[in-house]
Amino acid sequence: MRLILENISMRFADRVIFENISITIEKGEVLTVSGPNGSGKTTLVRIIASLLRPTMGRASLQVGNIEYSGYQRLFQVGLVAPDLYLYDELTASENLGFFSQMAGIKTTDFSAELEQFGLRGRGGDLVKSYSSGMKQRLKFILALLRKPPLLLLDEPMANLDPAGKQVVEEIIKRHEGITVLATNEESDLKYGNRTIRLGD
Amino acid sequence: MATERSGLAIKSLAVFKKDVLSEFRTRYAIGAILMFALVTVVAVGFASARIIIEKNMQAILFWLVIYFASVAGLGQSFIKEEESRTALALRIYAPASAIFAGKYLFNLLLLIFLEAIIVPIYAGLIGLEISCAELFVMVLIMATLGLAGSTTIIGAIISKASIKGALFAVLSFPIVLPLLIMAISGTQKALNSNLELADGLAELKVLLSYAVVMTVAGFMLFDYVWHD
Repeated sequence: MRLILENISMRFADRVIFENISITIEKGEVLTVSGPNGSGKTTLVRIIASLLRPTMGRASLQVGNIEYSGYQRLFQVGLVAPDLYLYDELTASENLGFFSQMAGIKTTDFSAELEQFGLRGRGGDLVKSYSSGMKQRLKFILALLRKPPLLLLDEPMANLDPAGKQVVEEIIKRHEGITVLATNEESDLKYGNRTIRLGD
Repeated sequence: MATERSGLAIKSLAVFKKDVLSEFRTRYAIGAILMFALVTVVAVGFASARIIIEKNMQAILFWLVIYFASVAGLGQSFIKEEESRTALALRIYAPASAIFAGKYLFNLLLLIFLEAIIVPIYAGLIGLEISCAELFVMVLIMATLGLAGSTTIIGAIISKASIKGALFAVLSFPIVLPLLIMAISGTQKALNSNLELADGLAELKVLLSYAVVMTVAGFMLFDYVWHD
């Protein structure tokens, strides 16, 4: 398994966000993307996920003999991001049930996952009744549902209490695929063994 | 291949069920459709209280009510995904074909619900007398299938725009126009006496072709619309 970024550049109109980012990340590695607000961390995560096309360059994910260079890479991704929202009008279990069906997973019991993220007994509650920290925990359960080879975490510690941060820390350590972590927090850089600093 | 197809059917039904449950709890689209349709039908009914509307005009007014109620509500399933920002999760976790099929089924259900309410009220208020019920029902079924197909793909296209409502009306009018012309013509024949089902075959063939073309084209185009 390998994530390859080749000369990735991004511009919005005349503004250069970043230029010529090239890096190869192997299975088990954690790439941290850091930089101040507006430096393009989320943009790079979106390019890696194939949600956004770079102005120049190419991103691809190799899993076994298959190379995902187009939007099919999206289906190899688990994403936790501030702009990812679940259905407020559905319960947590209904959300997980729906998305697991979409991912072709037959599980209907999510009690173990809910327990792991400190949401035991709250699966039947509507997501709109959740606090922002609980919603963040639910996003993690969703991201890990299909055991993605590529885990993309954009500000993953946002809204989490110390217990939540500890669970996320464990997940980053235990994830067997490739993890990309975009963060503003200097303290989160310790999780990565490869780093891209944007806005320098 | 068979497993892939049954997988797609299960996922499409899951999208459909999710939309129905979501709609049941929020009444996002049904409110817009029903309010528009009821107000329009009642307004037409009151405006024509002292005059007899000729049968050809009855058919025109009927399809205008259905069309504008559709414009008011059928794009909502995609618009809601964008406005409540759930489209991103859907993009990542759901295959595009299942989303299109699920949303198509949901729009079809909304249209059937709308027509089940509008037809009797319209018939009561306007004094609709259907001479050939088989033709009327067939036109309604074919036009409903076509309208669901075209509004589903148009809804997906306009959901990312900033002026969604106006764009939906502008974009849908030229696309839905052939369907409206045929549906009106078929309905006019169903209302006029001395005509049978066979007299409306030309309209039914065009409506069926339109429904097939719009649904297949929607399926083929949706991948690009959804992921670009």
